[in-house]
Amino acid sequence: MTVPILKQGGYLIASIQSALSDSEVLELRDSLAERVGTLRSQGIVIDVAALDVIDSFAARSLKTIAQTAKLRGADTVIVGIQPDVAVAMVQFRLDLSPVQTALDLEEALAILDERTKKGRANGR
Amino acid sequence: MAGEVRLAIASDADLVQARAEARALAGELGFSRTDATLIATAISEIARNMVVHADGGEIVLVPTSDDVRSGVEVIARDSGPGIDDVERALQEGSGTGDGLGLGLPGARRVMDEFEIAANDGRGTVVRMRKWRVRDELERLREGRLNGYG
Repeated sequence: MTVPILKQGGYLIASIQSALSDSEVLELRDSLAERVGTLRSQGIVIDVAALDVIDSFAARSLKTIAQTAKLRGADTVIVGIQPDVAVAMVQFRLDLSPVQTALDLEEALAILDERTKKGRANGR
Repeated sequence: MAGEVRLAIASDADLVQARAEARALAGELGFSRTDATLIATAISEIARNMVVHADGGEIVLVPTSDDVRSGVEVIARDSGPGIDDVERALQEGSGTGDGLGLGLPGARRVMDEFEIAANDGRGTVVRMRKWRVRDELERLREGRLNGYG
């Protein structure tokens, strides 16, 4: 199933609705990279609360998405990692760094606001 | 008691189904949500290896129990090329595919028992088990159902 991507101000919000296959994860990567350009977005929030498993492929893909977006000029924040998924990720030694994570959408938007404001203050 | 579940693994879409079935069965067997997630994640890693390296295979989930424990056995079998150096494949960061080499060692770490046969020219067989300790109440209840209580 395709992940809906909403535009909110200068940001894109990708809200994953159900478990994703590997190819759907890659589709998400490609469509986010494209939309960052067409919609001139400075930030992306990916809500992964619907993912009940984040394995090595999913973790690596989320990092790739953030790196790709960064090259296209947008910061990414991942939100909604479930508590049991977080425990499993630690056990499997998977981490998302350097990708920023936050508990929920509100916190993610605050992080992005802060970053883009700083960016502008520095004349970028 | 829940019955065994057989899952054909042919493409990445089958991984989604395998994770869901594993989680459902783990729940039925009384595993905590966290343990169910660990089991589902381990199965996802093993299943992806089958899709990437062996054109798929089959995973069987078998409920298993004894007097003090209840658990699930996972048997994953493919007829791919096998793994030349199994010890190396079980080391962190050894992978060459999409998994960064964390999948197999991770699965071994989170499951209670883990065996792999992969270099006898007959594909790869991974057999792993996870147990949970059954509490007193559960054993008494079963004893009653069996007519001992």
